[in-house]
Amino acid sequence: MSKLGLLSILAAGILFGFGLSYATMIQPEVVLSFLRLEDFGLAWVMGGGALVTLIAYQYMPRLLRRPLFAPTFDRHSATLDRKTLGGAAIFGIGWGISGVCPGPAIAGLGAGNWPMLISLLGMFLGALAQGLWIGRKKTLATASA
Amino acid sequence: MIETLFPLGIAHYLLGGLCIGAGVSWLYYSTGLIGGMSSVFTSTWSFVIDLPFFQQSRFVNSRNWRLVYAAGLILGALIWMLSFGEPFRTSVSWWQLGLGGFVAGFGARQSGGCTSGHGICGLGSLQLPSLAAVLTFLTTAIVTATLVQLIGGV
Repeated sequence: MSKLGLLSILAAGILFGFGLSYATMIQPEVVLSFLRLEDFGLAWVMGGGALVTLIAYQYMPRLLRRPLFAPTFDRHSATLDRKTLGGAAIFGIGWGISGVCPGPAIAGLGAGNWPMLISLLGMFLGALAQGLWIGRKKTLATASA
Repeated sequence: MIETLFPLGIAHYLLGGLCIGAGVSWLYYSTGLIGGMSSVFTSTWSFVIDLPFFQQSRFVNSRNWRLVYAAGLILGALIWMLSFGEPFRTSVSWWQLGLGGFVAGFGARQSGGCTSGHGICGLGSLQLPSLAAVLTFLTTAIVTATLVQLIGGV
Protein backbone atom coordinates (compact mmCIF):
# COMPACT_ATOMS: atom_id res chain seq x y z
CA MET A 1 0.00 0.00 0.00
CA SER A 2 1.35 3.45 -0.94
CA LYS A 3 1.83 6.24 1.61
CA LEU A 4 -1.25 8.01 0.25
CA GLY A 5 -3.20 4.78 0.58
CA LEU A 6 -2.16 4.39 4.22
CA LEU A 7 -3.03 8.04 4.91
CA SER A 8 -6.47 7.56 3.47
CA ILE A 9 -6.94 4.43 5.62
CA LEU A 10 -6.02 6.58 8.63
CA ALA A 11 -8.59 9.18 7.50
CA ALA A 12 -11.24 6.45 7.18
CA GLY A 13 -10.45 5.29 10.71
CA ILE A 14 -10.70 8.88 11.99
CA LEU A 15 -14.19 9.28 10.49
CA PHE A 16 -15.20 5.92 11.97
CA GLY A 17 -13.84 6.76 15.43
CA PHE A 18 -15.36 10.24 15.42
CA GLY A 19 -18.75 8.80 14.42
CA LEU A 20 -18.61 6.13 17.13
CA SER A 21 -17.82 8.77 19.74
CA TYR A 22 -20.39 11.28 18.48
CA ALA A 23 -23.03 8.55 18.62
CA THR A 24 -21.97 7.80 22.25
CA MET A 25 -21.20 4.18 21.30
CA ILE A 26 -17.92 4.41 23.24
CA GLN A 27 -20.01 4.58 26.41
CA PRO A 28 -20.90 0.98 27.34
CA GLU A 29 -23.75 2.32 29.49
CA VAL A 30 -25.51 3.60 26.36
CA VAL A 31 -25.03 0.31 24.52
CA LEU A 32 -26.35 -1.63 27.52
CA SER A 33 -29.41 0.63 27.67
CA PHE A 34 -30.12 -0.41 24.07
CA LEU A 35 -29.66 -4.09 24.86
CA ARG A 36 -32.04 -3.68 27.81
CA LEU A 37 -34.58 -2.09 25.45
CA GLU A 38 -34.56 1.27 27.24
CA ASP A 39 -33.26 3.38 24.33
CA PHE A 40 -33.38 2.16 20.73
CA GLY A 41 -30.93 4.76 19.42
CA LEU A 42 -28.29 2.17 18.48
CA ALA A 43 -30.59 1.04 15.67
CA TRP A 44 -30.10 4.45 14.04
CA VAL A 45 -26.34 4.16 14.34
CA MET A 46 -26.20 0.75 12.70
CA GLY A 47 -28.95 1.64 10.20
CA GLY A 48 -27.35 4.94 9.20
CA GLY A 49 -23.92 3.34 8.90
CA ALA A 50 -25.20 0.38 6.88
CA LEU A 51 -27.24 2.60 4.53
CA VAL A 52 -24.30 4.82 3.55
CA THR A 53 -22.13 1.70 3.19
CA LEU A 54 -24.78 -0.02 1.07
CA ILE A 55 -24.80 2.86 -1.40
CA ALA A 56 -20.99 2.91 -1.55
CA TYR A 57 -20.59 -0.87 -1.92
CA GLN A 58 -23.30 -1.07 -4.59
CA TYR A 59 -22.39 1.90 -6.77
CA MET A 60 -18.66 2.48 -6.49
CA PRO A 61 -17.62 -0.71 -8.32
CA ARG A 62 -20.13 0.11 -11.10
CA LEU A 63 -19.26 3.77 -11.51
CA LEU A 64 -15.50 3.63 -11.01
CA ARG A 65 -12.96 1.48 -12.80
CA ARG A 66 -10.81 1.08 -9.66
CA PRO A 67 -10.28 2.60 -6.20
CA LEU A 68 -8.10 5.72 -5.91
CA PHE A 69 -5.00 4.00 -4.55
CA ALA A 70 -5.48 0.27 -5.25
CA PRO A 71 -6.16 -1.96 -8.26
CA THR A 72 -9.44 -3.66 -7.25
CA PHE A 73 -12.56 -3.40 -5.11
CA ASP A 74 -12.82 -6.24 -2.56
CA ARG A 75 -16.07 -8.10 -1.94
CA HIS A 76 -17.47 -8.90 1.48
CA SER A 77 -17.98 -12.61 1.93
CA ALA A 78 -19.65 -14.53 4.72
CA THR A 79 -21.01 -18.05 4.71
CA LEU A 80 -24.18 -19.16 6.41
CA ASP A 81 -22.93 -22.01 8.58
CA ARG A 82 -22.61 -23.15 12.17
CA LYS A 83 -19.32 -21.31 12.63
CA THR A 84 -20.73 -17.92 11.60
CA LEU A 85 -23.93 -18.30 13.62
CA GLY A 86 -22.34 -19.99 16.65
CA GLY A 87 -19.64 -17.33 16.71
CA ALA A 88 -22.27 -14.61 16.47
CA ALA A 89 -24.18 -16.12 19.39
CA ILE A 90 -20.98 -16.15 21.49
CA PHE A 91 -20.10 -12.62 20.39
CA GLY A 92 -23.54 -11.42 21.51
CA ILE A 93 -23.06 -12.96 24.95
CA GLY A 94 -19.77 -11.07 25.38
CA TRP A 95 -21.27 -7.86 24.03
CA GLY A 96 -24.21 -8.23 26.42
CA ILE A 97 -21.91 -8.73 29.43
CA SER A 98 -19.83 -5.59 28.83
CA GLY A 99 -21.64 -3.35 26.34
CA VAL A 100 -18.34 -3.14 24.45
CA CYS A 101 -17.75 -4.35 20.89
CA PRO A 102 -14.46 -4.20 18.94
CA GLY A 103 -14.72 -0.66 17.46
CA PRO A 104 -15.54 1.12 20.73
CA ALA A 105 -12.94 -0.95 22.64
CA ILE A 106 -10.31 0.64 20.38
CA ALA A 107 -11.85 4.11 19.98
CA GLY A 108 -12.59 4.48 23.71
CA LEU A 109 -8.87 4.94 24.36
CA GLY A 110 -8.81 8.15 22.30
CA ALA A 111 -11.47 9.67 24.51
CA GLY A 112 -9.57 8.78 27.68
CA ASN A 113 -11.94 6.01 28.66
CA TRP A 114 -9.13 3.99 30.23
CA PRO A 115 -11.21 1.17 31.74
CA MET A 116 -11.91 0.14 28.14
CA LEU A 117 -8.29 -1.07 28.05
CA ILE A 118 -9.50 -4.09 30.01
CA SER A 119 -11.99 -4.87 27.23
CA LEU A 120 -9.35 -4.32 24.60
CA LEU A 121 -6.99 -6.73 26.33
CA GLY A 122 -9.84 -9.23 26.74
CA MET A 123 -10.59 -9.05 23.01
CA PHE A 124 -6.98 -9.67 22.03
CA LEU A 125 -6.91 -12.69 24.35
CA GLY A 126 -10.28 -13.94 23.08
CA ALA A 127 -9.08 -13.70 19.47
CA LEU A 128 -5.86 -15.49 20.47
CA ALA A 129 -7.84 -18.29 22.12
CA GLN A 130 -10.05 -18.61 19.02
CA GLY A 131 -7.01 -18.87 16.74
CA LEU A 132 -5.29 -21.47 18.92
CA TRP A 133 -8.50 -23.47 19.23
CA ILE A 134 -9.24 -23.49 15.49
CA GLY A 135 -5.59 -24.18 14.69
CA ARG A 136 -5.60 -27.17 17.06
CA LYS A 137 -8.84 -28.52 15.62
CA LYS A 138 -7.34 -28.36 12.12
CA THR A 139 -4.14 -30.12 13.21
CA LEU A 140 -6.14 -32.90 14.87
CA ALA A 141 -8.30 -33.29 11.76
CA THR A 142 -5.21 -33.57 9.55
CA ALA A 143 -3.59 -36.07 11.93
CA SER A 144 -6.61 -38.36 11.99
CA ALA A 145 -7.22 -38.13 8.22
CA MET B 1 -43.95 7.24 21.25
CA ILE B 2 -40.73 8.79 19.90
CA GLU B 3 -39.78 9.98 23.40
CA THR B 4 -40.37 6.53 24.84
CA LEU B 5 -38.25 4.72 22.27
CA PHE B 6 -35.53 7.39 22.10
CA PRO B 7 -35.37 9.28 25.41
CA LEU B 8 -32.13 11.02 24.37
CA GLY B 9 -33.31 11.94 20.87
CA ILE B 10 -32.11 10.45 17.60
CA ALA B 11 -30.00 13.19 15.98
CA HIS B 12 -26.62 12.25 17.49
CA TYR B 13 -27.24 8.54 16.86
CA LEU B 14 -28.10 9.07 13.21
CA LEU B 15 -25.31 11.61 12.54
CA GLY B 16 -22.76 9.36 14.24
CA GLY B 17 -23.97 6.39 12.19
CA LEU B 18 -23.73 8.35 8.93
CA CYS B 19 -20.20 9.39 9.89
CA ILE B 20 -19.23 5.74 10.51
CA GLY B 21 -20.72 4.87 7.13
CA ALA B 22 -18.74 7.70 5.53
CA GLY B 23 -15.53 6.26 7.03
CA VAL B 24 -16.24 2.76 5.75
CA SER B 25 -17.22 4.18 2.34
CA TRP B 26 -14.11 6.33 2.10
CA LEU B 27 -11.99 3.29 2.89
CA TYR B 28 -13.71 1.45 0.03
CA TYR B 29 -13.51 4.37 -2.39
CA SER B 30 -9.81 4.98 -1.81
CA THR B 31 -8.49 1.42 -1.31
CA GLY B 32 -11.26 -1.05 -2.18
CA LEU B 33 -10.92 -2.58 1.31
CA ILE B 34 -13.80 -3.87 3.46
CA GLY B 35 -13.23 -2.44 6.91
CA GLY B 36 -14.75 -4.38 9.80
CA MET B 37 -13.04 -3.92 13.13
CA SER B 38 -12.59 -7.37 14.66
CA SER B 39 -9.97 -8.84 12.28
CA VAL B 40 -7.25 -6.61 13.74
CA PHE B 41 -7.48 -8.65 16.95
CA THR B 42 -6.29 -11.75 15.05
CA SER B 43 -4.07 -10.19 12.38
CA THR B 44 -1.94 -8.37 14.99
CA TRP B 45 -1.00 -11.71 16.62
CA SER B 46 0.65 -12.71 13.34
CA PHE B 47 3.54 -10.38 14.22
CA VAL B 48 4.51 -12.57 17.18
CA ILE B 49 2.95 -16.03 16.78
CA ASP B 50 4.45 -18.37 14.25
CA LEU B 51 1.60 -20.91 14.07
CA PRO B 52 0.07 -21.62 10.63
CA PHE B 53 -3.33 -20.26 11.64
CA PHE B 54 -1.97 -16.80 12.41
CA GLN B 55 0.42 -16.83 9.44
CA GLN B 56 -2.38 -17.13 6.87
CA SER B 57 -1.92 -14.60 4.09
CA ARG B 58 -5.23 -12.87 4.85
CA PHE B 59 -3.87 -11.92 8.27
CA VAL B 60 -0.24 -11.24 7.34
CA ASN B 61 -1.18 -9.14 4.30
CA SER B 62 -3.71 -7.04 6.16
CA ARG B 63 -1.99 -6.62 9.55
CA ASN B 64 -0.35 -3.28 8.73
CA TRP B 65 -3.33 -1.45 7.30
CA ARG B 66 -5.61 -2.81 10.00
CA LEU B 67 -3.36 -1.28 12.66
CA VAL B 68 -3.35 2.05 10.78
CA TYR B 69 -7.16 1.87 10.61
CA ALA B 70 -7.28 1.18 14.38
CA ALA B 71 -4.93 4.12 15.03
CA GLY B 72 -7.35 6.30 13.04
CA LEU B 73 -10.18 5.12 15.26
CA ILE B 74 -8.31 6.30 18.36
CA LEU B 75 -7.45 9.62 16.70
CA GLY B 76 -11.06 10.15 15.64
CA ALA B 77 -12.25 9.67 19.21
CA LEU B 78 -9.54 12.06 20.42
CA ILE B 79 -10.67 14.72 17.91
CA TRP B 80 -14.24 14.26 19.10
CA MET B 81 -13.17 14.70 22.73
CA LEU B 82 -11.22 17.87 21.94
CA SER B 83 -14.03 19.39 19.87
CA PHE B 84 -17.44 18.24 21.15
CA GLY B 85 -17.03 15.87 24.02
CA GLU B 86 -15.60 15.60 27.44
CA PRO B 87 -13.60 12.77 28.96
CA PHE B 88 -15.83 9.93 29.95
CA ARG B 89 -15.03 7.00 32.22
CA THR B 90 -17.28 4.01 32.13
CA SER B 91 -18.61 2.74 35.43
CA VAL B 92 -19.17 -0.77 34.08
CA SER B 93 -17.28 -3.08 36.43
CA TRP B 94 -13.90 -4.55 35.51
CA TRP B 95 -15.10 -8.15 35.47
CA GLN B 96 -17.81 -7.24 32.97
CA LEU B 97 -15.31 -5.40 30.75
CA GLY B 98 -12.71 -8.18 30.89
CA LEU B 99 -14.96 -11.21 30.63
CA GLY B 100 -17.22 -9.53 28.06
CA GLY B 101 -14.19 -8.50 26.01
CA PHE B 102 -12.76 -12.01 26.00
CA VAL B 103 -16.02 -13.69 25.02
CA ALA B 104 -16.83 -11.03 22.40
CA GLY B 105 -13.33 -11.29 20.93
CA PHE B 106 -13.56 -15.07 20.68
CA GLY B 107 -17.05 -14.98 19.19
CA ALA B 108 -16.43 -12.19 16.70
CA ARG B 109 -13.39 -14.01 15.29
CA GLN B 110 -15.23 -17.32 15.18
CA SER B 111 -18.12 -15.63 13.38
CA GLY B 112 -15.88 -13.67 11.04
CA GLY B 113 -17.34 -10.32 11.98
CA CYS B 114 -18.78 -8.11 14.69
CA THR B 115 -21.17 -5.16 14.91
CA SER B 116 -19.19 -3.39 12.18
CA GLY B 117 -18.09 -6.41 10.11
CA HIS B 118 -21.52 -8.06 9.92
CA GLY B 119 -23.67 -5.14 11.03
CA ILE B 120 -22.36 -2.38 8.79
CA CYS B 121 -20.15 -3.96 6.10
CA GLY B 122 -22.16 -7.19 5.82
CA LEU B 123 -25.59 -5.57 5.74
CA GLY B 124 -24.14 -2.95 3.36
CA SER B 125 -23.13 -5.85 1.09
CA LEU B 126 -26.65 -7.31 1.29
CA GLN B 127 -25.18 -10.53 2.69
CA LEU B 128 -27.81 -12.89 4.05
CA PRO B 129 -25.30 -14.68 6.36
CA SER B 130 -24.47 -11.32 7.92
CA LEU B 131 -28.14 -10.52 8.48
CA ALA B 132 -28.52 -13.92 10.20
CA ALA B 133 -25.41 -13.17 12.29
CA VAL B 134 -26.75 -9.74 13.31
CA LEU B 135 -30.11 -11.17 14.37
CA THR B 136 -28.31 -13.94 16.30
CA PHE B 137 -25.94 -11.67 18.22
CA LEU B 138 -28.67 -9.11 18.95
CA THR B 139 -30.78 -11.87 20.47
CA THR B 140 -28.06 -13.33 22.70
CA ALA B 141 -26.83 -9.84 23.66
CA ILE B 142 -30.30 -8.68 24.73
CA VAL B 143 -30.83 -11.83 26.81
CA THR B 144 -27.37 -11.61 28.36
CA ALA B 145 -27.52 -7.88 29.17
CA THR B 146 -30.87 -8.39 30.87
CA LEU B 147 -29.57 -11.36 32.91
CA VAL B 148 -26.41 -9.48 33.91
CA GLN B 149 -28.56 -6.64 35.23
CA LEU B 150 -30.62 -9.13 37.24
CA ILE B 151 -27.51 -10.48 38.98
CA GLY B 152 -26.41 -6.96 39.84
CA GLY B 153 -24.13 -5.85 37.00
CA VAL B 154 -24.12 -2.23 35.84
